[in-house]
Amino acid sequence: MKGNEAIAEAAIRAGCRHYFGYPITPQTEIAAYMSRQMPKVGGVFLQAESEIAAINMVLGAAAAGVRAMTSSSSPGISLKSEGVSYIAGSDLPCVIVDCMRGGPGLGGIQPSQSDYWQATKAYGHGDFQLLVFAPNSVQEMVTAVFDAFENADRFRMPAMVLADGLLGQMMEPVVFPEREIVTYDKPWATNGRHGERRHNIVNSLYLSPKELEDTNVARFARYEEVKRVLPKAESYLTEDAEIVVAAFGATSRIVKSAVNSARAAGIKAGMVRPYTLWPFPAEKIQEGCQHAHDVLVVEMNMGQMVDDVKLALECKKPVSFYGRTGGIIPSPAEVLEQIKKLAGGEQ
Amino acid sequence: MAIVYQKSSCLTDVPLSYCPGCCHGIITKLVAEVIEELGVEPITVGVAPVGCSVMAYNFFTCDMVEAPHGRAPAVATGLRRALPDNIVFTYQGDGDLAAIGTAETVHAATRGENITVIFVNNAIYGMTGGQMAPTTLPGQVTQTTPYGRDPQTAGWPIRICEMLATLTGTAYAERVAVNTVPNIRHAKAAIKKAFQNQIDHKGFSIVEVLSTCPTNWGMTPDEAMKWVDSAMIPYYPLGVYKDIDKEAK
Repeated sequence: MKGNEAIAEAAIRAGCRHYFGYPITPQTEIAAYMSRQMPKVGGVFLQAESEIAAINMVLGAAAAGVRAMTSSSSPGISLKSEGVSYIAGSDLPCVIVDCMRGGPGLGGIQPSQSDYWQATKAYGHGDFQLLVFAPNSVQEMVTAVFDAFENADRFRMPAMVLADGLLGQMMEPVVFPEREIVTYDKPWATNGRHGERRHNIVNSLYLSPKELEDTNVARFARYEEVKRVLPKAESYLTEDAEIVVAAFGATSRIVKSAVNSARAAGIKAGMVRPYTLWPFPAEKIQEGCQHAHDVLVVEMNMGQMVDDVKLALECKKPVSFYGRTGGIIPSPAEVLEQIKKLAGGEQ
Repeated sequence: MAIVYQKSSCLTDVPLSYCPGCCHGIITKLVAEVIEELGVEPITVGVAPVGCSVMAYNFFTCDMVEAPHGRAPAVATGLRRALPDNIVFTYQGDGDLAAIGTAETVHAATRGENITVIFVNNAIYGMTGGQMAPTTLPGQVTQTTPYGRDPQTAGWPIRICEMLATLTGTAYAERVAVNTVPNIRHAKAAIKKAFQNQIDHKGFSIVEVLSTCPTNWGMTPDEAMKWVDSAMIPYYPLGVYKDIDKEAK
């Protein structure tokens, strides 16, 4: 199954019946799949007039209390940022899939990871975060979609599945596990008060500075809980690793090959791979790097995750970077060469 | 003693935040009365976007969602699709509906989205202090057209009802005013029809209400009401621009 189709199927299996999208390469298969399948399960597929309209339709559906999602790729993700800020400010859950391509501007249509900063640092104006899950296989896309819907509902915040053109277009075997749909009560939903309660208001406007500050403080208190329970990372051959490579998403597959080759050449290399990019799994990065004398970050961008790795390591270890951008995918040989350089420097 | 008048049960006790003499109060009251009379308050969800109407979520007793500037028809679409059995309405100003949200307005209409749109046209941006709106009249002085709106540089005002009437998806489009008692009575009938259409699943209904902004027009409330007659109605003629009921005949 293609990665993008796996995302769509997983969303339906996770209980999503409301999808709003707009065409953009390389994620269009998600919309195409939804347009075929949603009518069969009594769901809603709507092709909006713009990315902006699509995310605001998600806002409306989320306010009504249903599981809603949209998907796009980098330039379209930028257009949605206003809506995402309102969704976060209104404490609404939803899922956004970003199938990243090269940027900035119109950039290109080849795979990239250049939205790391946008996803983890500043997806829209104001004080807020969103949950960011970074799968590295078609199979893990399925897990990420379930995790995104569940945790978005649990913590009343938007969640993103940060994939890239490579994962979206990749075809791999995938098993849809029997996973229970975990749901949460939504007493705040604006679905008609039916004379039974005071009216619900979904809103992000607070003209009183004190009230606005209080809502931000309360939201960040919730983020502390998220940071406590959600960070997740994979460690690969790190028990004795002297050179540890940090990578997320599709890049981690390339890095894993390079690490294997390095091991075959007698270099004690390992890899740490954050699965949640926010909350960033700092402790797990630290653990994975405890025996390392050098840490290398490899990404398909200009080094957007480097600062987070440095912070996780409290700048106690040298952190270098190797990346390709613009839609160029680094080869295992290129990464191996970087690992060898670091190993050589040691000898 | 007989009760001769009372506030609609669909209005909360929150004092309206509108300026003295502004027609928003009348229009808000008419919408609340219609919702009450149709008995749909328990299933109604309103959408209030950015502008003078931004606080409207405090005034109605039904569930309310605040939308980003211009996005009310998209938010209402999300609500409508998730809540097929509810009543969904938007309450939008001219900057919101006819400038920053033009795409959302046009496409909700052309989809025939089964929602009711209350469009308050006062020919100015009120909330931000009186700038040129998409509906500001030629020659009208605003904060950003200090020499009067010059269509050669600032473009022409948009006639929304006329434009939306060209779309197959629009079920009903009517322009009304609330500057005289007969006009208020007629406006209420139009708003009621726009809600009834939704109950009857007829599709996209919009009522454009010509309103006043004494504060930013620099007029007394009385002068403002007269200006609606002398300046606004000639450019924005009142009437039904689309009604699928009449076309069917």
